Amino acid sequence: MSNEHTPLLEIRNIKKDFFGNQVLTDINFRLEEGQVLGFCGENGAGKSTLMKILFGMDVIRETGGYEGDILLNGQKVTFNSPFDAIAAGIGMVHQEFSLIPGFTATENILLDREPQKKSVISEIFGNRLNTLDRKEMSVRAEKAIDRMGVRIDPKMVVNEMPVGHKQFTEIARELSKDQLKLLILDEPTAVLTEKEAEALLDSIRGMASRGIAVIFITHRLHEILSVCDNVVVMRDGFVVKDVPAKDTNVEEITRWMVGRSVENAGSDSASVTDAGSDSRETIMKIEKLWVDMPGETVRNVNLEVKKGEILGIGGLAGQGKLGIPNGVMGLYEAGGKVTFDGKEIPLNSPRKCLDASLAFVSEDRRGVGLLLDESLEWNVAFPAMQIQNKFLKNYLGGLIKWRDEKAIHEVTQKYIDELQIRCTSSRQSAKELSGGNQQKVCLAKAFALEPKFLFVSEPTRGIDVGAKALVLNALKKFNRESGVTVVMISSELEELRQVCDRIAIVSGGKIAGILPAASPSEEFGMLMVSNVK
Amino acid sequence: MEETKTKTFRDRIASFVESFGVPRLIIAGFLLALFIAAPFVGADLPTQISNTINRFCWNGILVLAMVPMVHSGCGLNFGLPLGIISGLLGATLSIELGFTGALSFFAAIVISTPFALILGAGYGWLLNKIKGGEMMIATYVGFSSVSFMCMMWLLLPYHSPNMVWGLSGKGLRTTISLEGYYNQALSGFLRIQIGNFSIPTGALLFFAFMAFCMWAFLHTKTGTAMTAVGSNPSFARAAGINVNKIRMLSVIMSTWLGAVGILVYEQGFGFIQLYMAPFYMALPAVSAILIGGASVNKATIMNVIIGTILFQGIVTMTPTVMNNVIHMDMSEVIRIIASQGMILYALTRKSEGGKS
Repeated sequence: MSNEHTPLLEIRNIKKDFFGNQVLTDINFRLEEGQVLGFCGENGAGKSTLMKILFGMDVIRETGGYEGDILLNGQKVTFNSPFDAIAAGIGMVHQEFSLIPGFTATENILLDREPQKKSVISEIFGNRLNTLDRKEMSVRAEKAIDRMGVRIDPKMVVNEMPVGHKQFTEIARELSKDQLKLLILDEPTAVLTEKEAEALLDSIRGMASRGIAVIFITHRLHEILSVCDNVVVMRDGFVVKDVPAKDTNVEEITRWMVGRSVENAGSDSASVTDAGSDSRETIMKIEKLWVDMPGETVRNVNLEVKKGEILGIGGLAGQGKLGIPNGVMGLYEAGGKVTFDGKEIPLNSPRKCLDASLAFVSEDRRGVGLLLDESLEWNVAFPAMQIQNKFLKNYLGGLIKWRDEKAIHEVTQKYIDELQIRCTSSRQSAKELSGGNQQKVCLAKAFALEPKFLFVSEPTRGIDVGAKALVLNALKKFNRESGVTVVMISSELEELRQVCDRIAIVSGGKIAGILPAASPSEEFGMLMVSNVK
Repeated sequence: MEETKTKTFRDRIASFVESFGVPRLIIAGFLLALFIAAPFVGADLPTQISNTINRFCWNGILVLAMVPMVHSGCGLNFGLPLGIISGLLGATLSIELGFTGALSFFAAIVISTPFALILGAGYGWLLNKIKGGEMMIATYVGFSSVSFMCMMWLLLPYHSPNMVWGLSGKGLRTTISLEGYYNQALSGFLRIQIGNFSIPTGALLFFAFMAFCMWAFLHTKTGTAMTAVGSNPSFARAAGINVNKIRMLSVIMSTWLGAVGILVYEQGFGFIQLYMAPFYMALPAVSAILIGGASVNKATIMNVIIGTILFQGIVTMTPTVMNNVIHMDMSEVIRIIASQGMILYALTRKSEGGKS
């Protein structure tokens, strides 16, 4: 890399904030023709945002644009839309498929760029009535599939394909664009079987040898090492490392990914861990749990939760950590055996769990957690009213259970004060609150049940720093003062280490290991990627 | 408190208009204009007002029947004819079994109840299978049940000479007079009559009683669960509610209210109408509650009352005033334009209702 040489892509000092929340800071890297660049980092490290900037996605412009420069072949470029990026030779394969299910691979590969034939009708009525040149289409599709180096049937209809082939169809579509110089692959191997992933890696090598630069984002670190020339590690919006792949190893990368000074975290929870959680009795025992939750499949979880502790469950996205509470609480189909307080809890029945004094704060705040159109009073009091007959007045010997508005108002007001929920009154509707305050309402709802055991799933997702601290403190206080066992699921390891006594890491739908919160982060990192499939 | 005092008159008007809704104000204004115009075109105002109140009493409970299903998120009950058919079965069986006078009215309610429960349960089961498309399916449930009953009215072995066709001696007539049965059973009770102006006190009281029961139900534990199911089914499920059971309950309630509603309608109208008549009963009820300010997933008792007054006022007054102005009988045409137009308008407001 001599100084006079201009790289294919150069990123200079890219900065981006979402409404004051800095997500990318001073990003710099360069990419040569035919090079493969591996990108890794924890969820929320800023990888996706960076790729969105690079691909000119609308979100970026709508949220105030970005600072810094993108240079393509030494020229500064600004993409106002993905179309600009495509015209400039950038292709992107997204995590979610964007294919038309009823079309064949060929049709999908060449969608909107089909070779056309003129006919009598189109001569009269214009080009919009040209017919498709099917022969030429299959020739071009074949060519793209050949370039990819993996065989897929160009005539197969997309909805009949295995997942892997859909992924390859997407890649072939990008490759069929003649101007393609840079291909971005966002976790392409996440849905592939091992064999397919191997084939994909081969095809990446093949593309690189033909001069196409590839940016490869993945959580599977060994893939990066086997295929990439350079590795860029991101954390909290910074590029923490940019090294040649041959000079590093999986351990090092994981340390860079999760690292941060080990000392400052976990310090205040260390004392609790010393109390010796092993000696405490087990309050919940989960055996051979499987949960069929789309995107968060749990395969075989065995876990023991001690009475009175805060247990953290961490892990990368899609590994199944969210499936555990959703499965135990009966919101998704599950199997296995869950024993709580000496009694077995039937799965697939939310009511039975709630009756057993379990409570759950869902990660899907707006979808499951709240009655958006109803008042805060309803939101806070509803489950307690339905499950425990609280806040009701009985008439005619219990035949009529009348809603006790006054009691509901009081309890809501209590939690509004306690959790500092910012609202105009307890009668305000839930949808008018900010994300952080909505989260507090969800907590209040669970607290009002006065449970013995609380699942909290992603309690700080999408809320600001101030609210985050408040929510975490409220959970801690609830645990310490009421003696409630709390299991907290979060993608943010740092947050778990602040709050929890022990942290279980889920990987590949199984518990990869349980460590005290004060363990060094690289150990957590190793567990996170241990079973990634 | 300070804030409300400093609010200017203008602000208050603006907030009132916003909460009441511009279209509702326009409709109310139009209705008022019709009342004012009536004497000038030669219609008798007291008669017209009495007519409006009468029609309110006839239709009120049919409109009230919309409430439970709206609350549970099943949408507007376009399948109301199913409830109406239960009511008609009750009415005809009550006469067949020889009940007369006001007693036949209550007998009809009692007899129609099991039909309403069974038909409502089947209908609820169906609606639980097709969550999301309730209103479309409901419409066709209503239509097909009406057509099916068209055959049954002919085939069922009724014998009462007051109801069957005179010549053949079997099969029910399209219109059956309630004279001697429950004609004006409620409306005649404690009726207040001043010249041309009359108030059907009994019917008003009956409506008030049913509306109170509905209001009270919505304040109970089960009623609260019903509203929550309609507001967010996932939330309700996570709170341990059996969503399907609550929805089923709402459909049964709605069907039963439809049955009672048609009986109340008949006692005021004076006739039982069979065959295709139930076909046209759902739409006026739907449009009335929508005009009253309800949306597809939110409805209050106030919506029912205001909506029924506005809708029935318009359909009573418009034809009278128009006919007197242009000296031609257009009542049916205008009625159809008004009611269908209102449904169209109300359904376009669907998104405003709450599904943000």
